[in-house]
Order: sequence, then C-alpha cells, then structure tokens
Amino acid sequence: MAKIIHNPLVLSSSRSAEKSESCCKLSGPTSFMSSKFLGNKLLSTNSATSPATRRSAAVVAVSSDVVKEKKLKSSSSLANLLITKEEGLVLYEDMILGRAFEDMCAQMYYRGKMFGFVHLYNGQEAVSTGFIKLLKQEDCVVSTYRDHVHALSKGVPARQVMSELFGKTTGCCRGQGGSMHMFSKEHNVLGGFAFIGEGIPVATGAAFTSKYKREVLKEDCDEVTLAFFGDGTCNNGQFFECLNMAALWKLPIVFVVENNLWAIGMSHLRSTSDPQIWKKGPAFGMPGVHVDGMDVLKVREVAQEAIGRARRGEGPTLVECETYRFRGHSLADPDELRDPAEKAHYATRDPITSLKKYLFENNLANEAELKAIDKKIDEIIEDSVEFADESPVPARNQLLENVFADPRGFGIGPDGKYRCEDPKFTQGTAQV
Amino acid sequence: MEASFGVSSAAAANAVNSPALSPPSLPFIRSEARPISWRVDKSRKAGKITTKAVAAQAENPASAASKPGHEVLLFEALREGLEEEMERDPRVCIFGEDVGHYGGSYKVSKGLADKYGDLRVLDTPIAENSFTGMAVGAAMTGLRPVVEGMNMGFLLLAFNQISDNCGMLHYTSGGQFTIPTVIRGPGGVGRQLGAEHSQRLESYFQSIPGIQMVACSTPYNAKGLMKAAIRSENPVVLFEHVLLYNLKERIPDEEYVVSLEEAEMVRPGEHVTILTYSRMRYHVMQAAKTLVNKGYDPEVIDIRSLKPFDLYTIGNSIKKTHKVLIVEECMRTGGIGASLTAAINENFNDYLDAPIVCLSSQDVPTPYAGTLEEWTVVQPGQIVTAVEQLCR
Repeated sequence: MAKIIHNPLVLSSSRSAEKSESCCKLSGPTSFMSSKFLGNKLLSTNSATSPATRRSAAVVAVSSDVVKEKKLKSSSSLANLLITKEEGLVLYEDMILGRAFEDMCAQMYYRGKMFGFVHLYNGQEAVSTGFIKLLKQEDCVVSTYRDHVHALSKGVPARQVMSELFGKTTGCCRGQGGSMHMFSKEHNVLGGFAFIGEGIPVATGAAFTSKYKREVLKEDCDEVTLAFFGDGTCNNGQFFECLNMAALWKLPIVFVVENNLWAIGMSHLRSTSDPQIWKKGPAFGMPGVHVDGMDVLKVREVAQEAIGRARRGEGPTLVECETYRFRGHSLADPDELRDPAEKAHYATRDPITSLKKYLFENNLANEAELKAIDKKIDEIIEDSVEFADESPVPARNQLLENVFADPRGFGIGPDGKYRCEDPKFTQGTAQV
Repeated sequence: MEASFGVSSAAAANAVNSPALSPPSLPFIRSEARPISWRVDKSRKAGKITTKAVAAQAENPASAASKPGHEVLLFEALREGLEEEMERDPRVCIFGEDVGHYGGSYKVSKGLADKYGDLRVLDTPIAENSFTGMAVGAAMTGLRPVVEGMNMGFLLLAFNQISDNCGMLHYTSGGQFTIPTVIRGPGGVGRQLGAEHSQRLESYFQSIPGIQMVACSTPYNAKGLMKAAIRSENPVVLFEHVLLYNLKERIPDEEYVVSLEEAEMVRPGEHVTILTYSRMRYHVMQAAKTLVNKGYDPEVIDIRSLKPFDLYTIGNSIKKTHKVLIVEECMRTGGIGASLTAAINENFNDYLDAPIVCLSSQDVPTPYAGTLEEWTVVQPGQIVTAVEQLCR
C-alpha cells in the first residue's frame, strides 16, 4: 500500500553546513535486502568542502516504507491523494502494457519468434512508469538491454518494438538493433545498450546538448534526460565519471538506478563495498535519493522533484529505486540462484497489484474500468504480434544501407566510383 | 622537414553535404582536378597537379609578400580549420582535456575558449571513455562535437565508446541517429616519448565498422581534412602526428576542404608505387631524393584515407608501375600496411610484377632509448634499399 511521503526532496544550495547523522536503522545486509527495517528517515550528508565551494550539500533522502500497513485510512480526503483518476488510469495502463508485453515476449521467445538475449522487465514497471510518464516527448531516455518497457513508456508503439524483436524490417530499428538496442528518434529513446554503463555517457551527452542549446544557442530548451541502469552498473567507471561531469556542469539529467539486487547471478551485496547506492550521489555533489521502486506513486513523487530540479537548471539527481525482477536476468537464465523466499516476498509487492489496490481504496477507479484497460492492452499486444508476424524480414538491400550516414564512407573503388554508387550497393551485394 | 603539397585548380564547386545550413559554394579542391559530382570519368589525367618532390626553398621576404596564401605551421592550420568550422556552425564544439584554458597541449585549440566560451570549448575531466560517450550523446541530439585525445593512445580508454557507439549506433538504430563526431589527436612515434605515448591507434580502430579514418601530413591537408571531417555526417577519426605539428607551409587564403576518401599524389613517377601516410611520408620523400639521384623514378602517394582506402588512385598507380612498396609506422602485425597489402593483392594482383613489400615498424613496444627507438621505425635508408631491390 502506498504511503504518502512528506517532503520527499528538500534541497537547498544555500543550506548551511548542517551535520546530521544518519538515523538509519539498517542492521545489516539481510535487512537491507528485505527492506523490513527501513523506516521513514532523514539521511543527510556532511559535505567536507568549505561553504564557499559547496554545491547543494544537504540532501534528504526518501526511504521506502514496506512495513505491512497498519490501519491506513482508505478514506483519505481527495486533497491527500497523490494522483487524480486520469493520472491513475494512465499509470495503470502503462504498467499493464509493460507487463503484458514482456509476458508476450517470453511466449514468443519460447516459440522461436525472437532470438538472442532478451531481458524482461517484469516487476520493475513502477520505475519506468513512475518516471517516464512525467516526461515530454522532447525529453530523452537512455536505457540498458532491459529496455523494452522504457521504450513503450516513452511512447514507442508496441508494434514497432515487437517487430524489432522479431527482427523484421518494420521494427523501430529496421530489425538491425534487436532486443538490446531500442532506439526511437521520434520519441527520443536514445538506446538500448548491450554493455552496461556505456549508455550513461550518452545520456550525459544528451543532457549536455540541452544545456548547450540553452546557453550557447540561446534556445528555449528545458529538456531533461533520464538514464536508467542497474545496480551492477554502479560499480562501473563510466557511472562515476558521469556523476562527476553531470554535477560539475549541472547537467539536466536524472540518474535512475534500478537496483534489483542482482546482476545476473551476482548479488549486489557480494559485489559492492557500500551497497547503498544513493550515497554515491552526494559524494559527487548531487542529491542521492532512495525510493521504494515497487511503488509507482512513491517513484513518481521522487521523479517529479528530480525532473523538476533538472528542468529548473539545478543539476542532476541520483535516484536509487529498490526494485526486483520477477523473472531471470534474461530468458536464457534459469534463475536458480535467487532465494525463493526473496522472490515470494517481492511478489507480494507487485507494483501493479499495489496500484490497483490504491485506486480501489481511494475510489479512483472500479473493477470494470481496470478490466477494460486490461482488455485494451491485450488487444494492443495481440495486434503487435500479428503485425510483427506479418511484417517482412529485411531484404538483402538493407545490409549496407545504414552503416554510414554518408555512404561515401565506404570509399572509392578501383573503377573510380564511390562504392555506394555501385548498383550492387543498394542490393546489399557490393564489395565494400 | 620538407613540406610538399599538391594543389590543383579549384574544381567546380558543389555544396558539401550539410544538413541545416546551406553553405556558399566553396572550392572543393581535390588531389586531382575533377568535377565534384560522384560520377568520375575514367580518363582522369594526372597532369594537372602541381607537386614538388622536394621542399620549396626558404622564402625571402620580398618574394613571400607577393605569393598568394599565408604561411602556417601545421597545428595552426588545424586550428584555422577548427575555428572556421566553429564560426560557420554554432553546433560545432570541442571536448577534451586542456583544450580550453590551456589551449590544447599542442596548441591546436589555442584562443578558442576565449572566443567561444567554456561550453563550446569544454575542458573535460580525465575520463576519456565518458567524454567520448558524451560526445556521442551530444551528436545524437544535434551537436557536432570534436573530441580531442590529448594523445591518441589515451583513446584506448575510449575504445568502448568509439567502437560500440561512434561506429555502430547509426546502424543499430536503423539509421535514426547520426553521429557526426570528429575524434582527433596526436599519435605515432615521437622523440623518446616511451611506449605508451608512441602508439599507432589506426591499427586498432581500422576494423570498427561505421567510422572513417584519415591521417593528415601537411598543413594544407590538415586544415582541409579537419574541415571535411567536421562537416561529414559520419564519425571520423583524424590522426595527427606528434612530430609534424611544426611543419610550415603556405596555404590558400580562400576556404577549402579536401576529400576524406581520396589519396594525395605527392610525386608522380614511373618505376615504383610507394604508398605511405603521416610522418612516414617525409621519410619516403627523403629517400626519394636519394633514389632520384640514383636514377629511380618513384611515384609517392600519401594515402591519407586510412579507412576506406582510395583504391582508384592506388590502383591507377599500380597499373602504371607494377610494383608496390608500402611504408608505414604501424607495427608489422595487423597494421594499415597489412590491410593495404591484402586489399591490393585482392584487387590488383594481375598488375603486380613483384610481391608487395611492406615496411612497418617493429612489433615491439617503442623503447625509450634513442638508438632503439630509431630502429623500431622505418628509416629512409631502408626505403632506398627496398626500392632498389624491388626494381632490380
């Protein structure tokens, strides 16, 4: 059950040097993992820099509260609600879309319609929906290989994503990218990256462009970029390098950590000296926030503040979302390593179930309305599969087409003509 | 060092590919005078080029004043190119270590930060992989960044971004995103800089699909290649050489670019085709002096485009001389020379009277000691010997 958070992010660069201790009640790794003991708390940092050079030093982190609800008032007044009905239905629909799509991917994979490495997002929908539904079309999203749902949330049609997965020419990347490389120029999805960490600099660059447009080109630009990545990535050099640069230049970016505790079979706790990822933000001079990633409303509230900060030019934020993937790392992962008790625990915190409950308990929607959405999504998914099935596979002529934006890059052949002028080039059979 | 240059009359101008801005027509000077259109008639003549096998005599002030153009050092030519492009297109920006306030460790970007500000000439922290990736992200979202590797060797840390993102993203995104970045910096063997500062990254990058690689060797082609690389929609790696930055040459006052895909005819000849690039061009030309005195007539081509190879210019030469000598600074194994040998064998085998000879650097980490360093790279004496043997 979502709990209303007060003062999710309080950040002020003019705050004087307050040294507050962390009143964290963590008692050790197991408790972190199950989040049983995380209560609402203020976690702030002590900046070691002199006041003169301090950026936004004081940080308040939001924590998750997953203690089983006591008697939470279901008759909270409308003023207390975090969302309107319309917003609630949008969030619900987006999460259902993500879930249903990924489930269909699993089916299609085992039926031999899609291949290679496919990484599904089941269980993490609250993060994608919570963040991306707050964005404008011009804002950018950068993801990792677990990118289907980020693309869908951003607005890439299910047909295009499914087609891409089937390797058809109607896919968003003409079938050339695949599961791990979802791109959309129209919806500003900048990938889809197979190597963890390599998307973060790209996101930083997109944020840099936003700042450049504003300050150099004098355009009216407040676009923000969201970079999504996992807990494993947070031990990677590119992560730290980009935290530094983003904070240094106050880039309009939000670093969203989808901490699902596992990097394939490597537990976050076995690979990280300090597993509390949010803490790494303040080390670089940006706020670090921890949020319950299984609760879309909490994520959304934090996202609102972080995105707002970026839009106002106040710089980056590091948001650690504690979340969980219900399936294995990829469809090739037998997922035998994780403790069934852990899986069961997080299954009870299914973000879709939680949102549903919230909508019902606050009279924002009824069963029929949600069922209608379920049905609508089912139809969209069915349609996307049909579309993908019937779409053509790429023809040979597509082979050489997009290697270079300017195909003169293939050079000049022995006959003096550019290779791309060879008629066989468009057939995909030219010697290059 | 000698500066030799091939300048042709300005060919018919055709607006260079440029998305949003429509530049005025400008002279697009090529190594041989031919029309800009992609159709190339096969009867190109080599006769219109003005080349010099040896350096121009030191000018005396009286004659200098009457000559067209202006004298620059190579690093100044690079800067001119950069500055002109930054002036022309506000989206062009520079990322690199010490490019801003310091002016660039080889002074290529000197004064640009003062003129264009700290955001357009961005002093980055020491994080090659990340700032190269940042350049990719910026390029995808509309900017045209020029990334400087303080030494090309440092870009080994950026290999992930150069290979996966620069090279591949246009393709993996199905053509949706272009990456018009330029990655440039000094590489090659210097004067006792030690192994790690003496690397030849063109060997390592050449297999990356989706990038182009060019190497400049004179102030003239340095400026031209810089401008062409910045204007190109493709990611281009521009290799400069640590020892060539102070080369002096007189370059045109008027604006020009050179072709990224074409080789440069340095010295036409009949007996043997010598293919080279970057610093080795000067060792070749030094050897050429000796060879000419001995009665040989070598044809020297600066291949300039390391990826892709200009097989037309190269092929025409081979069809004339039937003998090929490649002189490069890469190591024997897996260098540009190795690839060029393969390409020539594949395409022009019938025209060869002798096996291709490829002179490369030794497969050793470049030693610090001066004597050892000298023996790792190809010296003019070896080139002379190789030609003599080839032309027996």
